[in-house]
Amino acid sequence: MQWRHKHLLDVDQLSKEEIIHIFGLAKNFQEINQRPVKKVPTLKGKSIILFFAEPSTRTKTSFDIAGKRLSADTFSLAKTSSSLTKGESLKDTVLTLEAMRPDCIVIRHWQSGAAQFVSSQIDCSVINAGDGWHAHPTQALLDGFVLYSLWQTLEQKKILIVGDIAHSRVARSDIKLFSILGAKVRLCAPRTLLPFDISAWPVEVFHDLKQACVGVDAIICLRLQLERQEKGLLPDLREYSQRYCVTFEHLNLAQKNVKIMHPGPMNRGIEIDSSIADCKDSLVLDQVQAGVAVRMAILYLFILGTN
Amino acid sequence: MDVDLLVKNVIWKDKKAFLLVNQGTVVDLTFSLPRVNCKKEIDASGLVLLPSLIDAHVHLRDPGFEYKEDICSGLLAAVGGGFGLVMAMANTKPVNDQASVCEYMLEKAKTYYPLGPVLAPIGALTKDLAGQEMAALGELAQAGCVAFSNDGLPVLDTELFRRCVEYASDLGKVVIDHCEDPFLAKDGLVNEGKLSSFLGLKGIPSVAESLQVARDILLAGYLDIPIHLAHISCRESVELIYFAKKKGIQITAETCPHYLWLTQDECAHYNTLAKVNPPLRTKDDTLALFQALREGIIDILVTDHAPHAEFEKNVPFGEAPNGISGLDTALSLSLKLLTKDFTWSDLVCLWGKRPAQIFNLAFSELAPGDNANFILVDPDYPWKVTKKTMLSKGKNNPWIGTTLEGKVMYHFLQGELVYSCR
Repeated sequence: MQWRHKHLLDVDQLSKEEIIHIFGLAKNFQEINQRPVKKVPTLKGKSIILFFAEPSTRTKTSFDIAGKRLSADTFSLAKTSSSLTKGESLKDTVLTLEAMRPDCIVIRHWQSGAAQFVSSQIDCSVINAGDGWHAHPTQALLDGFVLYSLWQTLEQKKILIVGDIAHSRVARSDIKLFSILGAKVRLCAPRTLLPFDISAWPVEVFHDLKQACVGVDAIICLRLQLERQEKGLLPDLREYSQRYCVTFEHLNLAQKNVKIMHPGPMNRGIEIDSSIADCKDSLVLDQVQAGVAVRMAILYLFILGTN
Repeated sequence: MDVDLLVKNVIWKDKKAFLLVNQGTVVDLTFSLPRVNCKKEIDASGLVLLPSLIDAHVHLRDPGFEYKEDICSGLLAAVGGGFGLVMAMANTKPVNDQASVCEYMLEKAKTYYPLGPVLAPIGALTKDLAGQEMAALGELAQAGCVAFSNDGLPVLDTELFRRCVEYASDLGKVVIDHCEDPFLAKDGLVNEGKLSSFLGLKGIPSVAESLQVARDILLAGYLDIPIHLAHISCRESVELIYFAKKKGIQITAETCPHYLWLTQDECAHYNTLAKVNPPLRTKDDTLALFQALREGIIDILVTDHAPHAEFEKNVPFGEAPNGISGLDTALSLSLKLLTKDFTWSDLVCLWGKRPAQIFNLAFSELAPGDNANFILVDPDYPWKVTKKTMLSKGKNNPWIGTTLEGKVMYHFLQGELVYSCR
């Protein structure tokens, strides 16, 4: 496939064919990750800067491992150690980074639109590792990859996303990706945690978790940020978990072998029942594993693909 | 008869006319070629004659933020945009909440532009715009403030706001209120709706504005004191103002060209040039505003000229300051309002006659004896909005790069040419 993208800002820039192509590559890379020697020379001599202006463990580690397994040199920069804390503007920070001639900058930033902003300022590839509430395309691609590997298609599959949709970049990117792949997306949350007007979104909205779970093939639980309660969007965590914590009772309403996912980090007992997180249909750790392979595919395509 | 200046063949009320000026004042404006000896003559064929206009809401950033704009560059943009008087908001540094700041502004304007454009300062309603204590409104009025406002930082405390409105009315001054419920609008970046949800940006609901509009209307009615509502942006506010006017409540209101011609869609792709407060709303809101202007529900147009330095807007959307630098493009944009039912004199009403009435300002309508403050406009002149063609220091204008039609070719104040496009 002729790769036409330089930057990965969100999944809606990709066609269905391109997404399936990423999945195909990820499958190959997943095989490499099972070998005793997990390294290939594909990106030898390429340098990748991991610029995480917001805390992250799994995404950053995942990108770091993905880059290293492809033999790229990866460099990490966190907000606390960057000049952003000295008041340097994002533009100046990324221009400085670019002057060191990396081939790719992976960026995580708390501002929605930050990745697009950075891509408009510099020449090298920019991979969005999460911007504000806006997008988290690599998470969506790995979520899609896990389900696609399992089902071989997402057409007509019912996927339910439960929790804080309003403030979730994962939900926004997941909805777009699943829709491109033909799945039917349901959302379930209290109205205070839903975006104000989502009538234009290709989703079905529920406020009652039991109704939402009927007949679904997969359930994605989102992390509840504890600060939502302070902002007056919820009465308290106990009430939230009583209404929106996914338990075995809910699984019984769904399709047999309904899959459980969570982008992490989990609040056990708040948005997901602890035993469900560890049950045989839980894909939580498969997601982490797939994350490395999908990010290898993405780094490969976005760094080498357009050459 | 001897006169200083003859402007001939100019278009006035759709007819060819001749304007005679002597010693800074209008001698006559006639439809037949007068027999005069003139020192200077301008052939203004194809140009429309208008009185020099008023912009009742600008931010000139001086003192304190001269890197964004200063009184000199701001007045240059005003004069080039067709404005002979601008009312400047108080959110400078220091805030215009004391006579010395007001006097500094007037002094500087007079030094650079002795003939005008006139800078008419708007005093802070509360000390340091903090919304805690009433500013020295009497002192400010004496120093030359023409109105009072807490623009940018709405007064939360309705009791304090009420007392400020009452006190200002004793001084014969109108309070201009920026209508925004600070709780509903907190941390908001764009209009709340499909776009804010899609972009993952905190929204500012239109009800944050209309709720305060309702408060002010009820207060103005209860006190029977006029209140002027700044930069109205949404349909619900228009509906409330319609109700208020029908009841005879002393409410007046303004909107800006960007709320007429742009919608929230301008912010798609995180375009910081379209980030403004109140935010750009929906197509439906623009339609309501158009109708409100035509029917006199909204009284006047203003620019809410809010210049910023380029680097300040070249940041992620959430970090960019609000505001559009509007003096350069306002008149060209409002020419698009003209139809056979909405004439040049309606336009002059919006941009001159009405604001002069509301704020009790001098306004020349070019009658004999009036100050010869006028502009000559080429209504078809195409010009590209660029960093170079904009006279304001602030280049933060969403029309940058586009071509507009209609431009001020000459601007005369007190009979003297103060600006020429050619």
